[in-house]
Amino acid sequence: MPQISLEVNGKSITAEVEPNVLLVDFIRRHLGLTGAHVGCDTAQCGACVVHVNGDSVKSCNTLAVQCDGAKVTTIEGLSNGADLHPVQAAFREAHGLQCGFCTPGMVMSAADLLQKNPKPSEAEIREWLKGNICRCTGYQNIVKAIQIASGQAA
Amino acid sequence: MAGTGIGSAIKRREDFRFLRGSGRYTDDISLPNQTHMHVLRSTLAHAKIKKIDTSAAKKAPGVVAVFTCEDLDAASVGGVPCGWQITSRDGNPMVEPPHPVLARGKVRHVGDPIAVVIAESLNQAKDAAELIDIDFKELPVVVDTKSALNNGTSVHDEAPGNLCFDWELGDAAAVVDAFKKADHVTSIDLVNNRLIPNAMEPRAAIGDYDMGSGEHTLYTTSQNPHVIRLLMGAFVLGIPEHKLRVYAPDVGGGFGSKIFHYAEEILVTWAAKQINRPVKWTAERSESFISDAHGRDHVTHAEMAFDKNAKALALKVDTIANLGAYLSTFGPAIPTWLHGTLLAGQYATPAIYVNVKTVFTNTVPVDAYRGAGRPEASFVLERLMSKAAREFGIDQAEIRRRNFVQPDQFPYATPVAVEYDTGNFQANMDQALEMADYDGFEARKAKSRKRGKLRGIGVASYIEACGVAPSALAGALGARAGLYEVATIRVNPTGSISVLTGTHSHGQGHETTFAQVVAGKLGIDVDSVELVHGDTDKIPFGMGTYGSRSLAVGGAAISQAVDKVIEKGRKIAAHLLEASADDIVFENGAFTVKGTDRSKAFGEIALAAYVPHSYPIDELEPGLEETAFYDPKNFTFPAGTYICEVEIDPRTGFTEIASFVASDDFGNIVNPMIVEGQVHGGLAQGIGQALLENASYDENGQLLSGTYMDYTMPRADDMPTFKVGTTCTPCTHNPLGAKGCGEAGAIGSPPAVINAIVDALGEYGVTHIDMPATPEKIWQAIQAGTRAQAAE
Repeated sequence: MPQISLEVNGKSITAEVEPNVLLVDFIRRHLGLTGAHVGCDTAQCGACVVHVNGDSVKSCNTLAVQCDGAKVTTIEGLSNGADLHPVQAAFREAHGLQCGFCTPGMVMSAADLLQKNPKPSEAEIREWLKGNICRCTGYQNIVKAIQIASGQAA
Repeated sequence: MAGTGIGSAIKRREDFRFLRGSGRYTDDISLPNQTHMHVLRSTLAHAKIKKIDTSAAKKAPGVVAVFTCEDLDAASVGGVPCGWQITSRDGNPMVEPPHPVLARGKVRHVGDPIAVVIAESLNQAKDAAELIDIDFKELPVVVDTKSALNNGTSVHDEAPGNLCFDWELGDAAAVVDAFKKADHVTSIDLVNNRLIPNAMEPRAAIGDYDMGSGEHTLYTTSQNPHVIRLLMGAFVLGIPEHKLRVYAPDVGGGFGSKIFHYAEEILVTWAAKQINRPVKWTAERSESFISDAHGRDHVTHAEMAFDKNAKALALKVDTIANLGAYLSTFGPAIPTWLHGTLLAGQYATPAIYVNVKTVFTNTVPVDAYRGAGRPEASFVLERLMSKAAREFGIDQAEIRRRNFVQPDQFPYATPVAVEYDTGNFQANMDQALEMADYDGFEARKAKSRKRGKLRGIGVASYIEACGVAPSALAGALGARAGLYEVATIRVNPTGSISVLTGTHSHGQGHETTFAQVVAGKLGIDVDSVELVHGDTDKIPFGMGTYGSRSLAVGGAAISQAVDKVIEKGRKIAAHLLEASADDIVFENGAFTVKGTDRSKAFGEIALAAYVPHSYPIDELEPGLEETAFYDPKNFTFPAGTYICEVEIDPRTGFTEIASFVASDDFGNIVNPMIVEGQVHGGLAQGIGQALLENASYDENGQLLSGTYMDYTMPRADDMPTFKVGTTCTPCTHNPLGAKGCGEAGAIGSPPAVINAIVDALGEYGVTHIDMPATPEKIWQAIQAGTRAQAAE
């Protein structure tokens, strides 16, 4: 079984994994970090989005062995301690979540957007979020949350 | 506490765990020594199973057990029960064929479960399932709703011709008379497209059995754990309630699809005892598409008779509704009592008659999906109204105004068996027209035209019935259960409160809203109130969350239980304050002797109840905990007007929603932020139905739209920014004055969108377009219109 070493939420981890294990299964089952969710089996819904070396990726579409040597951040590692990350806080402020299932992926995706484009327009936000499906909110308050987090109060 | 009680848009407390990834959904739970279950499903829509050979699978690596229908039958496991019986117009009960947990001798839809493999790992279970050898004899397939009746092939031997029931409501003779007097008749043929609910969390279930105590536990993605306990315990597995715990932890959306009792819940519960180890199952999305109950799927012909002033005289509706291959839990209730009873809409139409024939087909069972029957009614009626307006040459808003039930007519008994308690339909219309800048439409249309675009506006005024009630009525209509709700208010010794509710929150924010209700009524800090839901071991009983019932029925039960707490508190306070209970008033969190400054805070009374040193012990038991069962006196009737404006590119047929306005009357609102969020979500699902979504089967019964690559889920860039507003006529018969708000958006929006599209295409002679109105359909309609005009 291949051995991988990676950093997850700032912690160094070495593990043996089967080569066919998906990153999302590695995170959820091996590490017990159940914040990343599996909402589909065609890499469409984005509930599993995490950051790998700073970029948002769908962890259902990434093998754990591909992350050997990588820095992975999951929703559990987005904020330090008790405080919410500004994107998390804005989602709460704007009521950008309901059932919460798509939320971790949505927040990780949004955080990456703001890293790459600190002041996105509404159209840019909606375009970016195409890879994250939410069935509850109709997206309006998610868009609003991202506008708030980017300092463009909606 | 000011600013946190009823009416305050406080932020949600559940957000902290969801935002940090510390929500606890069923698939997040792993039990020690658990096994994994894979369900082998039919890839054929209709076939006889001549033989199943599981011997190779049983020997495969890691396999713990393989079960088929034979094993379940040997253990006398019952079938999946149906919770609602409909009676046909000839007086016969509906045809209720067996619904085996695993296919017995025949498969009836793609996705029908045939066998389960339980193994140490999921991959081992899946690999082993491939070794199950099944000898099928393929049978002809019934898929299409309209042609399912008497088509030569029967899905069930018990239902030759595929008719489940033939139901009617209303006064047929009165309708015939009214049509004879009509100056104008508007008719329409339409399809209400089949949808797949697609809550983002796939269904999951874990069965666990404790040999020592004989107790079963089922962790499940359910909107109503007590209902599952009742159905599965009493009708399927014969487990008494006190030996069966059903726990629905965080649930990632439901929209109806997680109301129903599903085979997998039975399988994990039963199998856990057989192998004496926990059994876990989580649906993959491809499985959800072919095993979660679908929604809608009506084919309808409707006619509306008008006098010369466009006042409606009568409505006649003929619908064929597809129930799928088996009767799901509430399947039969949806196209009948949740559809026919809403056909009056907001209008004072004096005579209405509806006939609904339901059919079995080789498709996934159909049941409630957000709105459930009411979107189908609203679509028929609101399409008719806008079509009639065009035929009369009057405005869409005007024809509705002429027909509205007027404020002084409430309570208003419709010709279709319900009584609206209250409403003000014109108020919603006025608000919507204003928000939509309705008067400015023609100018915007002219601008669009300059850019080569077609612009249209659509109005829809919906009404819905929420919180099916009262229980006695529901029983008379065929419900096999009561439809009350239960709440316990447990005041803890130091004054904090646990609220136990039989409803279930899976996105609706009950933990916040219900705490507001209790804190508001008791005048205490909202943070000292905690909601407990989802666990049959903690909560006395409950009927769950669906049909926009949770606040109107569940909140009413909570309110009633709080009143009982206050009543007992007054007696305790009277003792402590040496006054008569009649003289004690409860206000702002304190019990006070009327007209004096002598008072006891709520917390002091709580402590006295648990430390009864000075206590009316001869008259009153210690403790402060009260339970209420609230049986609603009537449905609640939220209503509103939605206005959609679209811009269509005639070269591509692509529709852009230029604006969407919703004005709703939900009665009293506890948390406006949450209510607005509910409306947004409903609108997105309704707009999704109108423009994007469709469960598409081919003639062999294969689901073509079976993944997110094919089933067009609304995405962020498909949705507009909604403008929403509310008006308020408080519900007259529940203590909160609240109406349901969860489904409204999905009910009112499809006709608003289609009315707008048909309006935009009017110049091409288009009078109707079926949902989803895809660019291709619209482009074809434009081409056909252009050809027809050229030929003239």
